[in-house]
Amino acid sequence: MKCSEFLQELTNYLDGVLDERTKSELEDHLAWCHNCYVVCDTTKKTIEIYRDSQLYELPEDLRTRLRSAIVSKCHQHKKTGPRSV
Amino acid sequence: MGTIQPRVGEPVSDELVLVQAAKRGDVAAFEELVRRYDRNVFRIAQHITQNREDAEDVVQDAFLKAFQNLEQFQGQSKFYTWLVRIAVNEALMKLRRRRPERTVSLDEEVKTEDDSLPREVADWSPNPEQQYSQAELRDILTRTIQGLPPGFRTVFVLRDVEGLSTEETAEALDLSIPAVKSRLLRARLQLRERLSRFFQRRESGDGNK
Repeated sequence: MKCSEFLQELTNYLDGVLDERTKSELEDHLAWCHNCYVVCDTTKKTIEIYRDSQLYELPEDLRTRLRSAIVSKCHQHKKTGPRSV
Repeated sequence: MGTIQPRVGEPVSDELVLVQAAKRGDVAAFEELVRRYDRNVFRIAQHITQNREDAEDVVQDAFLKAFQNLEQFQGQSKFYTWLVRIAVNEALMKLRRRRPERTVSLDEEVKTEDDSLPREVADWSPNPEQQYSQAELRDILTRTIQGLPPGFRTVFVLRDVEGLSTEETAEALDLSIPAVKSRLLRARLQLRERLSRFFQRRESGDGNK
């Protein structure tokens, strides 16, 4: 497997959806190609860091405010019918 | 090297019951659906619009639109996927309004082929995120992801942050599965490349920028 082929399969590998044969070819490649190993490892860390980052958490007070606005609009929609909201 | 495990979603077993009740006009049932997904919709909206007020509007508009159009939800997909599709469309509309000079679509900015090829291959510190305070890290991550084109950013957020499957992401964004996969790969590689500046191993002394 060449580095460019490894790169094509990287997403499937990280998502665990490769067939056994391709997976084992890819892991052979990783065993000797340090650059691809680093790319694979740091891409995995990139995903994990974003997944665990808690960016843009919805603050509880804003959450309550938004929910009550939504609920009140839904009630209004029920009362006045589909075309009036 | 292990694979990435998807974020475990909320239990959906009783979800259809809630949706059915909401279809009959039960606002309390719909409110429970709002409780389940408001955080996700807010995060997705803020990632796309990059603007807090717009994200707040998107949360309200998306849920209201979902309530108004529940009849059209046939239950072939998950309610969440259907809701995300509405939310993404609302968020893109906001983004277009803010940037009328540019056409914003999920199809744009995908022509540059070489921007995802790894150039920076220095290894990272074992726990790169611990080099920074919470606030610094949040700032680095926010600025880095904001630098991605909307089409890449959105695919990455749905797949890797919110844990939708490739198929669900394709459905929510009205893209083909190969398009989702290709964008996801490039988004991941571009983020990795940009984060390398901040996270690479430092003790060698010559790896720093």
